[in-house]
Amino acid sequence: MSALTFRLKDAPQQRIDMSPLTPDRLAGISPADIAGIELQCGKRKLRAAEIFDISGDDAAEIDIINSGGKLDHIGSRMQVGRITLTGNAGDYAGFEMRGGELVIQGNAEAFAAGGMRGGLLHIQGSAGDFLGSAIAGERQGMRGGTVVVTGNAGDRAGDQMRRGLLLIEGNVGNYCGSRMIAGTIGVLGDVGQYAGYAMRRGTLLLQKAPELHATIMDCGLHTLPYLNLMYKSFAGLPTHFSRLQQIRVRRYAGDIANDGKGEILILQ
Amino acid sequence: MILNGVTIDDTFAEAFNMRGTRVIITAQNLKWAYHAANAMTGFATSVIACGVEAAIERELTPVETPDQRPGVSILMFAMGSAVLMKQLETRLGQCVLTCPTAAAFSGIDGDPETVTRIGLGKNLRFFGDGYQISKHLGGKRYWRVPVMDGEFLTEETTGMVRAIGGGNFLVLAESQPQALAACEAAIEAMRKLPNIIMPFPGGVVRSGSKVGSKYKSMIASTNDAFCPTLKGLVKTQLSPEIESVMEIVIDGLTADDISKAMRIGITAACELGAANGIRRISAGNYGGKLGPHLFHLHKIMRGTA
Repeated sequence: MSALTFRLKDAPQQRIDMSPLTPDRLAGISPADIAGIELQCGKRKLRAAEIFDISGDDAAEIDIINSGGKLDHIGSRMQVGRITLTGNAGDYAGFEMRGGELVIQGNAEAFAAGGMRGGLLHIQGSAGDFLGSAIAGERQGMRGGTVVVTGNAGDRAGDQMRRGLLLIEGNVGNYCGSRMIAGTIGVLGDVGQYAGYAMRRGTLLLQKAPELHATIMDCGLHTLPYLNLMYKSFAGLPTHFSRLQQIRVRRYAGDIANDGKGEILILQ
Repeated sequence: MILNGVTIDDTFAEAFNMRGTRVIITAQNLKWAYHAANAMTGFATSVIACGVEAAIERELTPVETPDQRPGVSILMFAMGSAVLMKQLETRLGQCVLTCPTAAAFSGIDGDPETVTRIGLGKNLRFFGDGYQISKHLGGKRYWRVPVMDGEFLTEETTGMVRAIGGGNFLVLAESQPQALAACEAAIEAMRKLPNIIMPFPGGVVRSGSKVGSKYKSMIASTNDAFCPTLKGLVKTQLSPEIESVMEIVIDGLTADDISKAMRIGITAACELGAANGIRRISAGNYGGKLGPHLFHLHKIMRGTA
């Protein structure tokens, strides 16, 4: 069996909703039926075969090739299997993903891993705004799983995040971890302004000290053995975070404007 | 059966079903891990009055522990799950939470059908008075409780399994020092084995008991048949040359663990041989009517148990 491959024929004029094309939804479906699956493209519905050259037969392993950034909802609500995307992803990549693995060999736009609950999302390029965040109207963002971003992330990464692990090797924009409810966000690069704005609980693990706002309180330097446990849990993830060893940190607690049980740990 | 001049009685040790758990204690160094572990397993020789039987199973290197610090593993056994859970929580709270730099982790994971999760730091977290922090890492929940030396780190639960307590053998010698030397040799060999503990002081017990007493309030009393000073008074089990009897009691996670420990312990004791005053190896039982697990000495020594 070979991976079920969707090769984009032409750059689409409209955005395409890719949520029907996940390993669990395509399991046991014949090639003819897969070709006939209707995908929302702007205000029209198009058959999958009109948009993609489809080959292969292993629905547990899906390759999407030539993606140009207009494919939204890739891996949305997927539960098992693996999707590999060559090119850029549109918005909502891994939206409410529950399991399996989604690898984006490019960039992802806004709301990647929004409401994610399980599995692994690896963005080998950069992510847009609202990574792992809640969509408008939702009260909770990412609720589980692991996101690894090799590049940068935009503003509001981890906004209202409830649980899970968000690891960003590059820089992040403003309001990282804003309104965070719990979980862990790690950033190796620069962090914009207002990190941890209105966070209630959770941990921001930062390599570089950002400019912090007034309601994040300095709790001093500490050696925290629990970080060994956390680093151990990073082992096997495709990220430089697995090489971290420092357990000496400066601990900031906050946001005291919103309960103040969160923490920002700056590695020393 | 005779081994190195030592007669091994054709009898059996009688053991009981228990509930067992393992906890991993780590600290800044082994010294403080031992302080915590010794406190936690103190006054835990017999369920008769201690609630649990507990002891240190072995030392752990930093590579073997969850937080990569030196540590020790503790095994704890009780007659029922409720007692075990209560004792675990109490002892953890008073002996590990209080001990500088110490942390506690689950020592038994695995199949939910055979391993029941019981609270470890689950309730102790409330000591944090709202400042405690939960972390979910690698599928497990941990608690970080702020304390005066930094943080008390503990896993939320540990695993409880069906276990066996009361495996034993008796060493009968011509003198007290000789009986003790044989027991020390046995304990040294047995302590290298996993999944078992010998909960009595130094692993050896000198006050073996029988069921019942002439006093109504006592459920157990001295095992007069094995008391050398009563040889002329009671229906003794001792021949004239026996002057001292000591017992090694073993609690283990499985019957195989106990059998193996008994074989290794008896072999080590017998290595001193009759030349050093070791005359007999026997075992404590209640006629086979009380405990469901019978460890026949001859079968164990032949490796057929």
